[in-house]
Amino acid sequence: MQPFTRLEARACPLGLANVDTDQLIPARFMSRPRTAGYGTFLLHDLRFGPDGAPVPGFVLDDPRRAGARILVARRNFGTGSSREAAVYALVDYGIACVIAPSFGDIFASNAVKNGLLPATVTEDDAESLLAAIEAEPETPVCVDLTAQTIAAGDRAIAFAIDPVRRLQLLNGWDDIDLTLRHAAEIAAFARTRRTEAPWIVPGHGG
Amino acid sequence: MTGARTLFDKLWDAHVILTREDGESLLWVDRHFVHEGSHHAFRTLDQRAATVAEPALTFGVADHYVPTRGRPVIADPEIAGMVARLSDNAARHGFRLFGLDDPSQGIVHVVGPEQGLTLPGLLIVCGDSHTSTHGAFGAYAFGIGASEVAHVLMTQTLWQRKPKRMRITVDGHLGAHVGAKDLALHVIAAIGADGARGHAVEYQGAAIRALSMEGRLTLCNMSIEAGARCAMVAPDETTFAYLRGRPFAPAGALFDRAVAAWRGLAGDPDAVFDRDIRLDAAAVAPTVTWGTSPEEALPVTATAPSPEAGDPARAATVAAALDYMGLTPGMRLDAIAVDRVFIGSCTNGRLDDLRAAAAVLKGRRAVVPGLVAPGSLAVKRAAEAEGLDRIFIEAGLTWADPGCSMCVGMNGDIVPAGERCASTTNRNFRGRQGPGSRTHLMSPAMVAAAAVTGRLTDVRDLTEPDREA
Repeated sequence: MQPFTRLEARACPLGLANVDTDQLIPARFMSRPRTAGYGTFLLHDLRFGPDGAPVPGFVLDDPRRAGARILVARRNFGTGSSREAAVYALVDYGIACVIAPSFGDIFASNAVKNGLLPATVTEDDAESLLAAIEAEPETPVCVDLTAQTIAAGDRAIAFAIDPVRRLQLLNGWDDIDLTLRHAAEIAAFARTRRTEAPWIVPGHGG
Repeated sequence: MTGARTLFDKLWDAHVILTREDGESLLWVDRHFVHEGSHHAFRTLDQRAATVAEPALTFGVADHYVPTRGRPVIADPEIAGMVARLSDNAARHGFRLFGLDDPSQGIVHVVGPEQGLTLPGLLIVCGDSHTSTHGAFGAYAFGIGASEVAHVLMTQTLWQRKPKRMRITVDGHLGAHVGAKDLALHVIAAIGADGARGHAVEYQGAAIRALSMEGRLTLCNMSIEAGARCAMVAPDETTFAYLRGRPFAPAGALFDRAVAAWRGLAGDPDAVFDRDIRLDAAAVAPTVTWGTSPEEALPVTATAPSPEAGDPARAATVAAALDYMGLTPGMRLDAIAVDRVFIGSCTNGRLDDLRAAAAVLKGRRAVVPGLVAPGSLAVKRAAEAEGLDRIFIEAGLTWADPGCSMCVGMNGDIVPAGERCASTTNRNFRGRQGPGSRTHLMSPAMVAAAAVTGRLTDVRDLTEPDREA
């Protein structure tokens, strides 16, 4: 996984609360292998009409926001299903940071495992950031994970992130390699667990 | 000892292998369910040339994409490939699969409990957010993403930070024709779609104790729609009676030993919660969603909200939801005409749910088309044994095979664009049931009532027309 330290890029305002995982990627695309990329599925049914034609004026297709790598939204971003494909769609599109007052728990966990920063800001800061990037679409926003700050024009905003997740992003750590170092403790725990609660292993059945 | 502990504290403590200095704990996983949508995780395994660490604790279920009609043929080659890939992975890694050809196939959150794979005290995960369902047995159960599925497959563990603890106490008794689904929607509307975010929820109170296992499963299932990390009900005699004799549950002396241990799965009386919410069951009405988030729910007797009436920061969201749903502010919810109905899903696809819908439909005709997809083949057989299939078919609805079906639309069971569906499912997100679909969530009895009248309807108007409003 690529480490995340600092990002300076244009930002897209998505001024909705509860942007759910079905919006981030509709279920019908998830059977596809990721090799071809999931970026074109991002926010697909908000971005394209039923006939497949782009919805005029949709923020991702605003030429003033070309190359945007940051998304700003209202509360409870990524609510809904556990589909990691929602994160794949964001990452494959080029988004590296989502800024919102709150995130769905599973979404935030999936995001960090794919190098995407979920930056939590206050409701007021989200509103002011939305207003700022609406007004000045071409002005880049700077997200600094080391300092936990967001700079947009002359505004400087602090953001919150779980300290462990911050370190994972900064270092690009992979969980599985870390876990496998504890193989002996895991094996010992498994033995005890099976002895104390033998019913955890179903012994029979159809 | 660490002082008075909640049920969740006890479940957590029983699964901690180690805790790092930074506060992250490595947890042991007792039960891992995978489905055909878990293909990304199996690909990660292949890339690392890794194997499944604990195949005896891993169970596969084909549910998300499977057809509900015309089996065993799978017309869509992409879906056929996914179902075949799950079978290949089960055979290769040596775990038990409830595949399309298995007599116990069904939705993972229906199959787990009814097979006795879901037990009190277990830590249960699955690459599906509605894994919270299994907490109904006093298990610690939560949904995970594909990276975590791969991690569990390879290590049978997960890194987690301990969530906060929230208690939702529901006093009193639910009224006639008001059930667990109404209670769930009532709770979500009260605390919001992120009201329980970061929390492990424990339900307590007389109204919870009175719920059947099916009702508790519905309530814990919907708790993810309030953002909960997991939800649970402490096990009791209802739980033990449900589990006795289930195919994969412990039997004989081991069952008795397990029950003795499970009786300890209750919070200490003076345990402290980070948040405490108290509700009166008598205040819960038959509830429906009007918008595009499960928090946008109201009693069916209410009217659609006005964007201007509430919080200004929410006005745009409310206006967008009304626009998408084709509703006007102030219109009566029971005046909303529906185009079709759906009964099924991991939320409301169990025998109790089908009985509740059939009780309303018996001797009546649906005026709109509808699909009934039982939660499992076991549910389907049990329903047919008591003639429920005849009631649905005679009412004009389609009786199908089990799967996630029209809840998520992955298998092609979709609500056409612009159409409105009264649905027993769990999410009314835009396009959830198909591009352009409009979903109103409600209980099985309420969906049946909507089928009969062709509009959102207070089921009590059909079942007890003389009651005082």
